[in-house]
Formats: sequence, C-alpha cells, structure tokens
Amino acid sequence: MGIQKNWIAFCTIYIREVRRFLRIWPQTLLPPAITMGLYFVIFGNVIGSRIGTMGGFDYMTFVVPGLVMMSVVTNSWANVSSSFYSNKFQKSVEELLVSPVPNWIILTGYIAGGVTRGLMTAIIVIILSLFFVDLQVFHLGITLLAIILTALMFALGGFINALFAKSFDDVSIIPTFVLTPLTYLGGVFYSVSVLPDFWRALSQVNPILYQVNAFRYGMLGYSGVVDLSVAFSIMVMTVVVLFTVSLHLLNKGKGLRS
Amino acid sequence: MADALTIRNLRKTYDNGHEALKGIDLTVAPGDFFALLGPNGAGKSTTIGIISSLVNKTSGHVDIFGHNIDNALVKAKCQLGVVPQEFNFNQFEKVEDVVITQAGYYGIPGKEARKRSEKYLKQLGLWEKRSTQSRMLSGGMKRRLMIARALIHEPRLLILDEPTAGVDIELRRSLWDFVQQINEAGTTVILTTHYLEEAEQMCRNIAIINEGDIVENTSMKELLLKLDRESFFLDVKQSVPDQAAFTGYAVRRVDAHTLEVEVNKTQGLNGLFRQLSDCDMDVVSMRNKSNRLEELFVGMTKR
Repeated sequence: MGIQKNWIAFCTIYIREVRRFLRIWPQTLLPPAITMGLYFVIFGNVIGSRIGTMGGFDYMTFVVPGLVMMSVVTNSWANVSSSFYSNKFQKSVEELLVSPVPNWIILTGYIAGGVTRGLMTAIIVIILSLFFVDLQVFHLGITLLAIILTALMFALGGFINALFAKSFDDVSIIPTFVLTPLTYLGGVFYSVSVLPDFWRALSQVNPILYQVNAFRYGMLGYSGVVDLSVAFSIMVMTVVVLFTVSLHLLNKGKGLRS
Repeated sequence: MADALTIRNLRKTYDNGHEALKGIDLTVAPGDFFALLGPNGAGKSTTIGIISSLVNKTSGHVDIFGHNIDNALVKAKCQLGVVPQEFNFNQFEKVEDVVITQAGYYGIPGKEARKRSEKYLKQLGLWEKRSTQSRMLSGGMKRRLMIARALIHEPRLLILDEPTAGVDIELRRSLWDFVQQINEAGTTVILTTHYLEEAEQMCRNIAIINEGDIVENTSMKELLLKLDRESFFLDVKQSVPDQAAFTGYAVRRVDAHTLEVEVNKTQGLNGLFRQLSDCDMDVVSMRNKSNRLEELFVGMTKR
C-alpha cells in the first residue's frame, strides 16, 4: 500500500481505538480520576501535612508527578492489552490480518491509541491536582518527552502482553503482580535518596524509577538520584527494543496465526 | 489473465503434529464459481486460512491473481475478500462502522467508504440497520454484514466459508441470488458449504478434499456423470398393491402411494412408467432420494 493508504489505515485503527476508550469512559477515564482524587485527598490533607517536605518540596507537590506517571503507566498498558486481547478473543483481529495493512501500521495504530489514553488520564490527573497544589512546569520539553516515552513503553508492553495472553486473566496478571509493585517502589511516593544504601541500589534496577524521576525533573526541577541522560537513554532503548520485539512477534503471528 | 487462485504442493502440519494438508494442488479460473467441499476436518478451513493469511503454511505456493502470498502479500490481499464461518466482527460496533472500518484497512478514503457502505448495505438489506450495534442483529443479518464487509474493497476473489450455515431458507435463497449476481459481474467465488444441493446448483467447478488431499477436482458436470446409480421416489395416485412387481426394475413399495426405485444411468425410467401406466397407475410426482452430489461426496470421503 502507498503512503496515503497506509495513513488512512493508521487513522482507522487509531480513531477506532480512541473511540473505544471514549465510549466506555466510565471504565477507562473515570477510575483513574477517582483513584488519584483519593490519593490527593489522603496525601494532601490527611497524611501529607504531617510528612513535611521531600526533596525540598512539600509532600503534596512532590507526589503529584509520581501519581501522574502512575496513571500513565497503568492506562497505556491497559488500553492496548485489553483492546487487542478482546479483538483476539472476538476474532475481530482477523479483519486486520486478512487486510493488506502492514504489521507496523497495526502496531503503531494500537500503540498510538494506548499513548493517547495514557496522556488523557495524565491531563485529568494534572487538572485534579490543581485543586490541591500550585503546579509548576520546570522544563516543558523534558516533561513531555518523559511522559510520551513512558506511555509508548507501556503501551508496547501491553501489546506484547496481549499477544501472549490466552485468557482475560493473563491480561491482568502483569499489571497486578509486576506493574503495580514496580510503580509503588519506583519513587512515586518517596525519594529513593531517603532509602538505606541497599534498597537505594536495588531501586536502580527498577525502570519505572527513571521515568518517574525524569518526569518529576521536568515538572519540579528535581530528579533525586537519577541522572537524566541515563534515564532518557534507558527509556529510548527500551522503546526501541519493545517495538522491535512487538513487530517481530506480529510478523511471526505469535498468538494470532496457527 | 492469471488464474484467480493457484495452489501448488501446499502442506500444513500443525504444532501438535497433525498433518492438515498433504501437498494439495488447486487452480481456480477467473470468473469461476468454485465449490471446495469436504467433511469436517478435511482441510478446507486450513486451506482458506492459508489463502487469507490467518494460518501459516508449512510449505508450498499460493498465488492470488498471479500475486504470490510470500513475496507480494499486500497485492494478493487486495484481490481477496473472505467471509469466514464464524462471526468475526466487533460485536460492539455499529453495522455501518464495521463496514467503513474495514474499508479503512484497505486505504479507502472516508467519502468513498461511506458510498460503498451504503451500496452494499442496501443490496444486502441492512441499510435500515446501519446504526444498530452489530451484536443486536439476527444470525442471518450478521452473515449478510460479513458479506458486505468482505465486498467493501471490491475484491476479485471472494471466499465464502459456510455462508448459509444456520440461515433460514428464504434468506439462503436471497443470499445465493446476491452471490450469483456478484459472480455474473465478474467476481470469482469459492464456496464451501454442507448444503451440497447448493453447490450442485450454483458451482461450475468443484474440488473435494479429504484427509488433507484433493480427491477430486473437475467440473460439476463431469463429476455428476460419474454417478452410475440414482434412486427416486415416485408418488402414485392410486393405491399400489403389496405384491406389485415391475420387470427390469428394483422397486420397493414404501407405502400404499409411494415407490422407491433405483436405476443405473443407462437404464432410464420410461419402462417403469409404461408398466405403471399399464396397471392404470398415475405418477403424480417424482423426486431424488438424495442429492446427486451428496451420493458422490459420501462415496469419495468415506473412511
């Protein structure tokens, strides 16, 4: 197919994905708003005031970038994994496989949908946070780059998850047992600089730590123990590797073709 | 002009070791109405799966209108429309969206997609349902929706895998009328069905596949000539006596007004009619005991 036809195919997949999560907004956009709203109330009004400052910022301000990233991670992943798996389950993915759409267009269409949901939930969480803190943006470019790379990375992860999934349980296992612990231990609620040496060193192998702190730097100008160039290098490399793996699996027809 | 479909030495062995296709060869001419028949598990769906890129072949060559699926897959796919056996559209999308989305996958711009969608949904009697969520459609309507979706990019080769399974008689007839029109307009049609009388009436050429091998590949006319015996039921107006006998014919009295007769293809029925007439018995109607193609099919696929 030519460039124009590929573009139409990409837009078709992307628009269908966005319309899907907008149509079921009570399942996709409302829950992160409620969850993060509760975090803000609890950490802002109940606990936050007793903690004092972290990294030189009052606790509520410190925790906002982490909560934004937490919603981006879970929603980018969930959008692609649940949408692609349910298309597999319903067999409607066959519509795509029979058509001449190149695999890289299928992949980018789904990933763009996941990234869009991740960014929309981020906007919702940021708007909510404005009720609790005077939010600032230290460096817009770094902020956007960090959030987009994170959304890309986890949307790709969700895609691979969906390719391997054989049941709806398989779609929820990784978010529950891998993503959530890594997110909670990735410096969302605290600066790893306050941890003992051993735990601080262990935290360095958690990829989410780099994303949270790169984004926190973009918003607050504070990245804790994380070197920004290392953080962005890791993010870019991970996105490239995940994209290559996803495309390879798609070309092989993993979980799709017998 | 290149053949609509050329299959050479196509093999498929699944991961569990099951050899679904054992090196089949098949050619379908452009404009043909072709029947691919076989019992369950014979390899029909595997063949269709490989042609439509849903199943990876183990070895062999498949060309669609001269485009090889290994090195010109995009061009090959553009020639092909598939109506699968199972409903495989997004059940939560509206009828029109299912069709327009499929058009988008083929790079058809929105305006043209909407125009074609209207054309095919109207032709298939679904236009009034265009805003209905597709899961709310009846089984027959869902089948028609899959045909509309398969035609949206106006393929030159249309594969219909059991399109009338579970469809009532009226709808089945209207579907066949529609498919025949499509075929007359130049689209090559490959059909799999369990309703063998449909295949006999509509298809010009036929392949029978059994246990991964093509056991017959010929014209429908040639195939039916192979049938050497046929059985008929005769409905007789007058009551037939218990001991009635007819010279030269194997006749069984089914009930007082029905006879079953088996004849070979050189024998003809005139002699029997004459004998019945001599006994003052009027034949009011006559029908085949079973479909002619069915007789051959059962013989060829018997295990």
